[in-house]
Amino acid sequence: MSTTTSPTSAFTLSHLDALESEAVHIFREVAGEFERPVILFSGGKDSIVMLHLALKAFAPAAIPFSLLHVDTGHNFPEVLEYRDRVVAAHGLRLHVASVQDYIDRGVLRERPDGTRNPLQTVPLTEAIQHHRFDAVFGGGRRDEEKARAKERVFSLRDEFSQWDPRRQRPELWNLYNGRHAPGEHVRVFPLSNWTELDVWQYIAREQIELPSIYFAHQREVFLRGGMWLTAGEWGGPKDGETVEKRQVRYRTVGDMSCTGAVDSDADSIEKVIAEIAASRLTERGATRADDKLSEAAMEDRKREGYF
Amino acid sequence: MTSTTTSPAVTTGTGRSATAVDTLRFATAGSVDDGKSTLVGRLLHDSKSVLADQLEAVERASASRGQDTPDLALLTDGLRAEREQGITIDVAYRYFATPRRRFILADTPGHVQYTRNMVTGASTAELTVILVDARNGVVEQTRRHAAIAALLRVPHVVLAVNKMDLVDYAEPVFTEVAAEFVQYATELGVPEITAIPISALAGDNVVEPSANMDWYGGPTVLEHLETVPVGDDAAEAPPRFPVQYVIRHDGVRHYAGQLVSGTLRVGDEVTVLPSGRTSTITAIDVLGRKETAACAPQSLTLCLADEIDIARGDLIVPTAAAPLTTQDVEADVCHLADRPLRNGDRVLLRHTTRTVRAIVKDLHGADELTANDLGRVTLRTAEPLALDPYSEVRRTGSFLLIDPADGATLTAGMAR
Repeated sequence: MSTTTSPTSAFTLSHLDALESEAVHIFREVAGEFERPVILFSGGKDSIVMLHLALKAFAPAAIPFSLLHVDTGHNFPEVLEYRDRVVAAHGLRLHVASVQDYIDRGVLRERPDGTRNPLQTVPLTEAIQHHRFDAVFGGGRRDEEKARAKERVFSLRDEFSQWDPRRQRPELWNLYNGRHAPGEHVRVFPLSNWTELDVWQYIAREQIELPSIYFAHQREVFLRGGMWLTAGEWGGPKDGETVEKRQVRYRTVGDMSCTGAVDSDADSIEKVIAEIAASRLTERGATRADDKLSEAAMEDRKREGYF
Repeated sequence: MTSTTTSPAVTTGTGRSATAVDTLRFATAGSVDDGKSTLVGRLLHDSKSVLADQLEAVERASASRGQDTPDLALLTDGLRAEREQGITIDVAYRYFATPRRRFILADTPGHVQYTRNMVTGASTAELTVILVDARNGVVEQTRRHAAIAALLRVPHVVLAVNKMDLVDYAEPVFTEVAAEFVQYATELGVPEITAIPISALAGDNVVEPSANMDWYGGPTVLEHLETVPVGDDAAEAPPRFPVQYVIRHDGVRHYAGQLVSGTLRVGDEVTVLPSGRTSTITAIDVLGRKETAACAPQSLTLCLADEIDIARGDLIVPTAAAPLTTQDVEADVCHLADRPLRNGDRVLLRHTTRTVRAIVKDLHGADELTANDLGRVTLRTAEPLALDPYSEVRRTGSFLLIDPADGATLTAGMAR
């Protein structure tokens, strides 16, 4: 052998290096096997980490994919501003699928509770069909939720974007089978094996900028269903709900109508990491009203084609 | 906040700090009702990896079914059908950490019709926990699980003899079951076996040492998981670099891929397979850092001294330690798909980043392989492949057979 033996211990990868390497491998597999991949980019921390990994995977060249954002119409302005700034800074191409458009055209109807999270599935699916995307990167992590814990890294979807958990392809070693028929596509989850804490530790290590709402700030909020929601035109507060100013931050970033803030004084990445490490609630349990609907809420949404 | 930039070029390499903890990927397997999901739930619960809202959801669901104690199996049975039938159908991945180590757990179903899911979980595992019911001892499923661990070359096996509370925590029961299993698994080639008497339901020897089994002096399940050596097998194997993608920039070709085994250095003489062309490594870039060497499983880009034709699917190896290429593949297999595999079938063979056409030449005595069958296959490929024996390099010794008609994954193969 041409290589000399070296103490392998000097080369032991940290868990973040191992996760990073695995995610980069997944991005490059998709670039090598698919014609029209796209990254789902919401401006949330998971999609921001995905974008960062994609930039590293293809450096010094540009990312060979575009981005797709499903805009619920109830997004945080700080997040939209962040999205546009990042897209411009890296010369990326952004597609936006707008839930508001679908409502205005009468294709989708506003739900009585004002939540628009479930309404994202149709615009997402139609954007995938319209642009003929064959691989769609999502930031979903298996640690988020028990239906997601059963998800493959490469997850085949039919032309309706449906997920059939009983008929998933076995996924062995690091051999990802991305073959699909015309009209079908593959959802790809490069962060499958990351936890919330991994994501934050990686953000700290790589010094990745995030939208400001992830850090503690003063905000006018009101209490609904045990969560602090941001007051706004989307439909709150209603009768009997009162607005108050609190020091909060967001642990997840989604639709304003169903994403709750948590009381927090964590105004830096280090304080956020300390807060998460000590938390006794999962991020979805703490901040997502839509997952509390039923034991199988996420499984049902995923079957219908949700992220 | 102290935000700076989203540029990917600012890595400092601080991730390789002295405090970095390693990760153990492990899998669990057991027959129906051996208490596997309960063991997993107990591991997560007692290592304080279950958060309050998850536990509340389990308590609510258990109460609504009329159970007075929380059914920890509900923590991992994530699909509606699984909860309704009270069985695990598909592999579920769970993540937890202790101060000593981080864990990725593939929780796999035990029933014979889900052997393929167990094979899936074992394919990336460095350790498998096989459960048996102390009252039943080693049963046919246990032997099957041992065979899979041996076939997939899982380096470490734990035999968890569960439900010791139902046999009055009697040492002879444990000793007999352990002895029978160790003999069977050793004959199959399982390199290392640790037997532990437990009660997942009561918590004996899962996280905390049992007060009911003074006669047992070994580690608890969690202690063993925390201390078992995490193999540097891949880093010590011969270097293998499958090319995933070619990045062209400013007239330079950067070969992108993941080093799946071994160590590569700038200056190494390398051969590109299957073409056999040779060159020298002139640069290694590990995600933004220029390095003089890299090791598995790092993702990186290589530059070579010579302009030679290299594309996705090629394998870069040290000239001095190159594998042979062949069009005749001998392999152990696990058949995964519902449709059978037969002699003469035309399939696609996916090996590392390369996909080639292949024909099934011989099933070695079997008429056909049906779902969950373990067997042996001879294949003829349309183009040469650089296969290592699976026993030497897992990542370059493994392959999939794929149905060219609809892309379904048919069979998992391990080259002999």
